[in-house]
Amino acid sequence: MVVLASVLGVFDISLDKLSNGELWLAQFFRGLSDGATYASVALALVMIYKSTGFINFAQGSLALLGVYLAYIFSVEQGLPVALAVVCAMVASSAVAMFVERVFIRPFPPDHVLPLVIVTLGLLLIIDSAVGIVWGFRTRSLPSMFPSGAPIEWGIAQLTWRTIGNLGTVFAVVGLLYLLLSRTKVGLAFRAVSSNLESARLVGIRVGPTLGFGWALAAAIGTLGGALVVPDLLLEPSIMLRVLIFSLAAAALGGLDSMVGAVIGGLVVGLARNLLVTFLDLSELALATAVAVILVVLLVRPTGLFGSTRVERV
Amino acid sequence: MSSTYLEVRGLKAAYGDIQVLHGIDFSVDEGQIAVILGANGAGKTTTLRALCAMVSTEGSVRLGGEELAGQSTADIVRRGVAHVPQGRGTFPDLSVEENLMAGAFVRTDADVRADIEQWYETFPVLGERRTQTAGSLSGGEQQMLAIARALMLRPSLLLLDEPSLGLAPMITRALFEQLTAINEEAGTTMLVVEQNAALALGVANQAYVLEAGEMALSGPADELAADDNVRRAYLGY
Repeated sequence: MVVLASVLGVFDISLDKLSNGELWLAQFFRGLSDGATYASVALALVMIYKSTGFINFAQGSLALLGVYLAYIFSVEQGLPVALAVVCAMVASSAVAMFVERVFIRPFPPDHVLPLVIVTLGLLLIIDSAVGIVWGFRTRSLPSMFPSGAPIEWGIAQLTWRTIGNLGTVFAVVGLLYLLLSRTKVGLAFRAVSSNLESARLVGIRVGPTLGFGWALAAAIGTLGGALVVPDLLLEPSIMLRVLIFSLAAAALGGLDSMVGAVIGGLVVGLARNLLVTFLDLSELALATAVAVILVVLLVRPTGLFGSTRVERV
Repeated sequence: MSSTYLEVRGLKAAYGDIQVLHGIDFSVDEGQIAVILGANGAGKTTTLRALCAMVSTEGSVRLGGEELAGQSTADIVRRGVAHVPQGRGTFPDLSVEENLMAGAFVRTDADVRADIEQWYETFPVLGERRTQTAGSLSGGEQQMLAIARALMLRPSLLLLDEPSLGLAPMITRALFEQLTAINEEAGTTMLVVEQNAALALGVANQAYVLEAGEMALSGPADELAADDNVRRAYLGY
């Protein structure tokens, strides 16, 4: 009892909080909402990982650029937010294809390390460029979804935004699944990731296939960013923080699993909100993400749904 | 008389600074099976890779009279050249069926589905495992899949790199019987690199011996099989 009491004391856990059902439910909903946003950015990471076998650090920066474009289109040009986000997705895809063509394609696709370094460099360059062009002051981007909550229990609200975030993520996963499993470009995409040499030998043009992957991932990342940013404020380092949660989500789910990215995102979102509320750890929110990455790497490096490569000899 | 389908002149290939092929000449007649023999490191695999622009090359490669040199791998595949690389010619993470679909990637005709069913009949084990990932197949099954994958292109020229590698003798014989049957039925021209010289010379019409990046011998397969030097060096009796 003494030990328990001291543990509760250290973390400042009050039994009032723990027995407050409404608070649990409120944080559960918030967790789902945050989780959906992490999941959508994690999906972009998984897309690129599946095709290239490496984590593309520039992904967060391309999403950042996309979100700034969405801000310009909606707040400054007056487009409806949803339309502005779609335009920004198209624009960031175009930038991603350009970046891939100029900075990535000259490197052999099977030499992962130089490519990872290049994406890290791109992250720094794009983030700085965004800062130089748009400045470092914070801005707020409105949400694509209406405010208000159709369902309420006391302080626990299931808001339109939570519903919208979740719906968007499930729609994206569904569309990606269909694209990868039912279309020719999806087959090319998976063939390139499975065996680069054989992909060439069946006539797949590897460069454009990877360029398409970059474009698609940038579009998804931009969409994810447009879900995240209304909860926070838009400034040049915002996606870096989101990227850490999304990396944790992707690592937890398994880096090559889209379903894993969604479940990983939701778990990280829930863990973050529940831990922060009940353990009073708001300073350590980022640390929970890093802790998830560490534990996954130690206990189950392939994540919950990642595939161990089966290959008989 | 059959006409020359593949005509190679002065083919050189290098990996960085290391020259592997020093300007070789050879040809394969239309509808025939040619075999390239040679010791390890002689440049057999490099020869096949050079034909598909998978390695930097110099020289002339003419297919049905048209020059392939300077074209990309993707374009050469679209000219009807299928290549079964040594060892892993499959997509291990894709299902057997998806492997076959990938083999027909550049085809736009409506018969892809029918062709898949046909290869399931030819190789029933592939039909039984159509939803399994290629990586979970045994070595022999993977080799069958790699060959069926290549044939899904409906190639005019099939390049085979050590198709018998790692296979049991009985499976190897069955595989070569299949290849001969395909050659006779579809008229597919084939160029085979093979360690099992006795078997390869048995099915081939033409034969070449590659030594240290140069063509040492060439001639009809049965003549080479009777040659004392070839017999001692590659047939072992």
